[in-house]
Amino acid sequence: MIEVKDLQKSFGDTKVLKGITTTFETGKTNLIIGQSGSGKTVFLKCLLGLFNYEEGSIAYDGSIFAKLSEDEKRNMRAKIGMVFQGSALFDSMTIAENVMFPLRMFTKQSKSEMRDRVDTVLNRVNLSDAHNKMPSEASGGMQKRVAIARAIVNNPKYLFCDEPNSGLDPKTSMVIDNLIQEITQEYNITTVINSHDMNSVMEIGEKIIFLKNGLKEWEGSKHNIFKTENEAVTDFVYSSNLFKKVRSVYIENDSKKTH
Amino acid sequence: MHYLKQIGSYFLMVVEMFRKPTKWSVMRRLILKDIDDLIIGSIGIVSFIAFFVGGVITIQTALNIDNPLIPKSLVGFATRQSIILEFAPTFISIIMAGKVGSFITSSIGTMRVTEQIDALEVMGINSINYLVFPKFIALTLYPFIISIAMFLGIMGGLAACVFGGYSTYEDFITGVQLDFIPFHIVYAFIKTFVFAFILATVPSFHGYFMKGGALEVGQASTTSFVWTSVTIILLNYVLTQILLS
Repeated sequence: MIEVKDLQKSFGDTKVLKGITTTFETGKTNLIIGQSGSGKTVFLKCLLGLFNYEEGSIAYDGSIFAKLSEDEKRNMRAKIGMVFQGSALFDSMTIAENVMFPLRMFTKQSKSEMRDRVDTVLNRVNLSDAHNKMPSEASGGMQKRVAIARAIVNNPKYLFCDEPNSGLDPKTSMVIDNLIQEITQEYNITTVINSHDMNSVMEIGEKIIFLKNGLKEWEGSKHNIFKTENEAVTDFVYSSNLFKKVRSVYIENDSKKTH
Repeated sequence: MHYLKQIGSYFLMVVEMFRKPTKWSVMRRLILKDIDDLIIGSIGIVSFIAFFVGGVITIQTALNIDNPLIPKSLVGFATRQSIILEFAPTFISIIMAGKVGSFITSSIGTMRVTEQIDALEVMGINSINYLVFPKFIALTLYPFIISIAMFLGIMGGLAACVFGGYSTYEDFITGVQLDFIPFHIVYAFIKTFVFAFILATVPSFHGYFMKGGALEVGQASTTSFVWTSVTIILLNYVLTQILLS
């Protein structure tokens, strides 16, 4: 579980995060949504420890990250898996070497143990025959799956994904969403996804946090989001006609059930 | 103020380069790769330039000595001094600032743009040590390249001198051996080590701290070449003043 209390972050005179308090639960896919410029990426980078913040605290299973020693922070980071928006695969390494990288850095496993683990996770993301390909030879969807494999290879306790569906077609997006959700439940990890994709919100949003102007405007689940009357949320989530229709059908069905 | 901040950031980066070392088994591979990219990959161009510029130095020296009282062996002497004292350590370093420096800046800059550096940081890896330290170690072999440049520069001078008919083989060799001061070699290699450090760190600094996209990677490479060259030229002056005056 990750607990965030009154998180505040500024760049110069501009306050980007104005006091966010929330909890990301273990074994659930937690989504951060919001318009561009709402502070999602800054929030995610604060969670990852890539940005320092002025006020508030972030606690990973009770340990406040900012108060940890350098060694403790390093150990904590070894428990974090991250899927970047552009996958961020090391382009000088093959796919298998990319996935093996965290094992080589943080474990004392033998080569054969590492190879077995790489085989396991690449099978898990359905890339069993891509070991020797270079990242440049892989499609966007494959690169995302390699990034997920690299993020989970060292059995992380926390998985962060920054717009995992950006640039992918709807079918591949669905595959990636389902994969992340399955992995979250299978490994019982705390997953935090920064997303713009409303399909993801509807599919895997077990907990959704909506940010607006650096503040948490709303939080709930994918079921609550259909019923919410919060204008900022409905403006953002139901901006397309398709989702307006989906919402009206959902509410109609829901009222039939209750009657 | 901006430049002071940049200089401060550069020195902080240098300190960070020696902290929290990366696992040796990983670092070894990185060093070997950088030796291949930065040292082995530069031998060809350095050899080519050294040989022909050595030849040009000899021809120009010979053409400017038309006084019959000046011995012909002076051509070999002047070639040796020019190559060992300045051409090999300094001129080759400026060329390396273009070749190796641009490569370092663009490769690290691309890693910054594509979030690969963020990926290293998230994993808890000291990205500066991981990226810059192997380049620094690889470039400790830079004097090897400069030795080749010295040798081939003098060989180029010898070939140009003999085949161009400016003096005889014996005169040139006599000149090369004339009044040889071993400290000049020490001076050249001290400069080379200092320039190697600059070649590893200044381009890395420009790549690591760049912001933006592909266009900015190109701009960072150009800026890196300018500042690496300026630093080499300034340090060349300072070291010459300290070591030879």
